Amino acid sequence: MSTSVGKHLEERIMLGLMIVSTVLVVGSLLLILATVVVKGAPALNLAMLTQVPRGGYYLGKEGGILNAIAGSLALAGGATVLSFLLGLGVALYLQLFVRQGSRFAHLVRLSLDVLWGVPSIVYGAFGFTLLLMLKMRASLLGGIIALALLELPVMVRGMEEVMEMVPFGLKEASYALGATRLETALRVFVRQAAPGIVTVMLLAFGRGIGDAASVLFTAGYTDRMPNSLLRPVASLPLAVFFQLGTPLPEVQQRAYAAALVLVVIVLGISLLTRLLVRRLSRYVVR
Amino acid sequence: MIDSVIQVRGLNVTYGDGSAVRDVSVDIPARQITAIIGPSGCGKTTLLRSMSRLLDLVEGVRVEGQVLFHGQNIYDPRVDVTEIRKRLGLLAQQPFPLPMSIYDNVAYGPRVHGLRERKALEALVEKELRAAGLWEEVKERLRAPASALSIGQQQRLCLARGLAVEPEVLLCDEATSALDPISARCIEDRLLALKMEYSIVLVTHVLRQARRLADYVIFMYMGELVEHGPAGQVFADPREERTRAYLAGEFY
Repeated sequence: MSTSVGKHLEERIMLGLMIVSTVLVVGSLLLILATVVVKGAPALNLAMLTQVPRGGYYLGKEGGILNAIAGSLALAGGATVLSFLLGLGVALYLQLFVRQGSRFAHLVRLSLDVLWGVPSIVYGAFGFTLLLMLKMRASLLGGIIALALLELPVMVRGMEEVMEMVPFGLKEASYALGATRLETALRVFVRQAAPGIVTVMLLAFGRGIGDAASVLFTAGYTDRMPNSLLRPVASLPLAVFFQLGTPLPEVQQRAYAAALVLVVIVLGISLLTRLLVRRLSRYVVR
Repeated sequence: MIDSVIQVRGLNVTYGDGSAVRDVSVDIPARQITAIIGPSGCGKTTLLRSMSRLLDLVEGVRVEGQVLFHGQNIYDPRVDVTEIRKRLGLLAQQPFPLPMSIYDNVAYGPRVHGLRERKALEALVEKELRAAGLWEEVKERLRAPASALSIGQQQRLCLARGLAVEPEVLLCDEATSALDPISARCIEDRLLALKMEYSIVLVTHVLRQARRLADYVIFMYMGELVEHGPAGQVFADPREERTRAYLAGEFY
């Protein structure tokens, strides 16, 4: 009797702790969002979304952050495509072509896990060194490469997790029909894992578009719209950073507005991903 | 002497931790149904999968001995594995439709092997779906996802998909055990109809199914081939005591 009471008490306490954790997590997220909305929304207007900075913008005069919006989309979009192409190759190689449990596969996974934890400023510094060696300057291309490196660990490890879920029977079914490993990889594996792969791409994109440190040296900053792979581009995280660093309250408010735009972009892409995942799930075998 | 399609010679299969099949030699008759029976873990499935090199997919497996298909050892390193697998089809225990439409499932194999022409593909898909007894049920919705079919229909789709690459042998690994009785019966009827053109090897747990279908029987016990012979003789008058005990239901 008494042990039963004890067990129930234990369950209640644990349940209480879980609820507290959940509230803390969701609560802090809502607080961040609320801060950004409350401080940023008043400064948000059409001009901000449709114009590039004019002279004196950073002193509170006219203009907008279209340069940073376009720059960020180009940087994160390009990096996501690049890291997807590279990452898909690595993930398929590890999953279908390398003997499971091999030393090599283990080493690749370990290095990716380490890279996942490397601070993004290190990617920035590495990218910067690389640019100097290639006698290039900060540019859209440089930023895309640095961000792609930042996104790669998420991309590969994420896709691998998703591919692990592909049932063995499905692989066997394809092989049993006389398909090669490559045909099985591209026509069966990728299709079965497609919804998960798209979700992983979203995660990687989110990591890329929100990062400031890795694009600081590699992509630079400019008041112009992105117009060439070899010229500097602006980005939203840096727009937030620079504007927040000024002493003028109205410019600081614009930093929050830029942050709000960033959040809305990520939210929009998430919703789009949801829709895409639902479409892609149509053919998935359970 | 009956015409044989596969000759297994001194086959030994070992997994990392122990041997699964020991020194098996047997001939699989052409255009008949051969049933491999025996209790769980006796090596039936391993023997079946060794016949189309599907064991290669298992980590840490070692195969010794020969499996001759039309006189050629399929474990010869010079052999093209995809060609072997194409000519020896598999119907697995669990139906695994590919993540695509019903039509694309059947067309998958032929496409992989280079058939591109639409008219020919359409005709082939219809022919094989008919052969698997599924055509009438799906002809209106060929573009629908295969995963939306019932499990019995999925297994018949897998049969059609396997037939579409025009194999000579069908390897069935307890192909009806996951199905409801009506679907299972449907698959059995198909196999009986197909044995005119194909050599069929099936692994089964269900003795009654072996009695219904088999022309030839292989009895395995603890990784060894105990007895093989024409179904009538093995069922009516087994030579070995272990076969007699198994058939009498003394162990499973």
